[in-house]
Amino acid sequence: MKVGIPRTLSYYTYYPMWKTFFEKLGVEVIISDPTSKQILDDGMREAVADACVPIKLYHGHVINLINKVDYIFIPRMVSVGREDTFCPKFLGLPDMITCSLENLPNLITTRIDLKKGKLELLKVFYSVGSIFTKNILQIIKAARASMISLKEYNKGFLEGGIPPLNLKRDDIKGDITLAVLGYPYMLYDPYLSLDLIKKLLSFGVSVVTPEMLSKSQKARQAPKLKKTLFWHYSNNVMRTVHHFFENGGIDGIIHVTAFSCGPDFIVDKLIELESRERNIPFLTITFDEHTGEEGLRTRLEAFVDMLRLRRTAI
Amino acid sequence: MKVTFPYMSNSHIAITNILEGLGNEVIPPPKPSKLTLSYGTKYAPEFACVPFKITLGTYIETLEMGADTIVSTGGVGPCRAGLYTTLQEKILRNIGYEFEMITFEPPSRYLKDIIRNFKKLVNKKVSLVEIIKLIWFAWEQLTLLDEVELESFKIRPCEVKRGETTRAYRKIVDIIAQAKNRDDLKEARKLADKIYSSVDRYEDVDPLKIALLGEIYVVMEPTANLEIEETLGELGAYVERTMFFTDYTINNAITDLFHLKGDRDAKKAAVPYFNEMCGGHGRESVGNTILYAEKGFDGVIQVAPFTCIPEIVAKSILPTVAEEYGIGFLSISIDEQTGKAGIQTRLEAFVDLLARKRKKKREEKIA
Repeated sequence: MKVGIPRTLSYYTYYPMWKTFFEKLGVEVIISDPTSKQILDDGMREAVADACVPIKLYHGHVINLINKVDYIFIPRMVSVGREDTFCPKFLGLPDMITCSLENLPNLITTRIDLKKGKLELLKVFYSVGSIFTKNILQIIKAARASMISLKEYNKGFLEGGIPPLNLKRDDIKGDITLAVLGYPYMLYDPYLSLDLIKKLLSFGVSVVTPEMLSKSQKARQAPKLKKTLFWHYSNNVMRTVHHFFENGGIDGIIHVTAFSCGPDFIVDKLIELESRERNIPFLTITFDEHTGEEGLRTRLEAFVDMLRLRRTAI
Repeated sequence: MKVTFPYMSNSHIAITNILEGLGNEVIPPPKPSKLTLSYGTKYAPEFACVPFKITLGTYIETLEMGADTIVSTGGVGPCRAGLYTTLQEKILRNIGYEFEMITFEPPSRYLKDIIRNFKKLVNKKVSLVEIIKLIWFAWEQLTLLDEVELESFKIRPCEVKRGETTRAYRKIVDIIAQAKNRDDLKEARKLADKIYSSVDRYEDVDPLKIALLGEIYVVMEPTANLEIEETLGELGAYVERTMFFTDYTINNAITDLFHLKGDRDAKKAAVPYFNEMCGGHGRESVGNTILYAEKGFDGVIQVAPFTCIPEIVAKSILPTVAEEYGIGFLSISIDEQTGKAGIQTRLEAFVDLLARKRKKKREEKIA
């Protein structure tokens, strides 16, 4: 029995958990190939034209898994906490996939909604696990192991590394520190983000991302916004910004976003206005299907040069 | 205190009446124009949806006219509209305007806030009975406005002289807007019948039936959707819109207060294809397509602002639904660049297509 997991969207936040869970149940896990031109082109062809790149890419990754697996795991990510939900496109993702793609194998579209509390997670594990085994004990064991591996994965971030890019704390250093903000599926996909983070490192710039702050550090910043945003990843980004505004430690902010990203029109403008108030350099990088590598390099170099000049001037 | 609020369809008539009745000086928002949109586009983020840009533009226009208080609505998401005022307030302050923003959130979670906000808007001695009377009258006025608009959809495809229905409709709206009490409304109702009956019509027309659905603001505000309803009517199609102001209020604000679910049928119908509440009216768009197909409509048109999240989800599902139910489907996405001639061409092509499809179906039936 093989289960496929598309390598994008919530993959970057939760994959160690699901991988361990399935493997402990004796199921082979196949992750779609790293993003490539072929995958992106497939996605662009099948997905609705107005969608943002990550959603198109998701379609491509699902296509990449067809004929390789018995099941594709497309959870309906609704919420992982009381205060916010995921972007509406995450909420409708299984429906979009079923309507846009043909020849799909069986889909596992379990609804993950933890608004009512952590107990709901057990139900999620049970409903996914029971597809493969009747043994409840085995499911519980697998669930526990999966939570441990997720913790391990998050620890990599909290220690200052970036596990999905195989970066340890010691790899990330430089004379300038930039807050690189964006959603995990933008930042940690080397193809989609044109290796933005590694490019910055090669310029001798150190980076911090929202995942490197602990949950409690982010939660502390919640009251800074008059009305909490509706979307989980957006709140993470917003709170990271507020954390650095309060505690300092950064020389500038780069906001990485996708063309026509719904939530980001609000997030991006809020960061722009607030960093202007505090006189912190701010750059928005928007990615779409056609973003060119050289254009990105030029903009990043200019931004970093400007920051270095600014420092010597002060 | 000089109060203003966003413009949407005919609602400004009733809202002005309520606010004035509570003792405020009201600066009614002007009808959105090219200028409104250009103000909005200038200061709004690039990917903001058209309703955001239009309302932001309206605020700038009214603040320039001297308004110092903006009344608007919020929401609980995950549609972005619920956060409009949060960002618009920041943008306007950044430009340098001084004002107060009063945001009414949905009643179920924020009843206390609503009452507190409402108190801010009561600036003269009025009794509770008077307030209820005021709101009741506004409600009747809105209901009548919705009624005459619905009638205009029915008359327009049959009109002999193109544009006559629209002129009659505008005249009637003006009459209703001037009504000051219930007797005036009764009088207006009679006048409306008289004006409509004077529109010359062809008798034996069986117009194509097209439903308009999608994001609420661009569906309801004719200047935002470049008068799609009028254009379609003049092309000889009967247009039915999925939402009207009074329906919307009942289906959302009132049912929300009592924790009921509004617009059940559309949501239920959507379940096999779209099994999640994802904000806005995405799910209703899918459900209504099915309901209209079952009612024997020839086509549906989805109008949505560019980058509208719920409608993008709906848009990826709708072609499948439309094909399975054999109903024509056209999706129009609107941004500040959309031109009327472009839309006109697409609508003409769509109407031609539906007419041919209908003819073919009938011939098959006869054969």
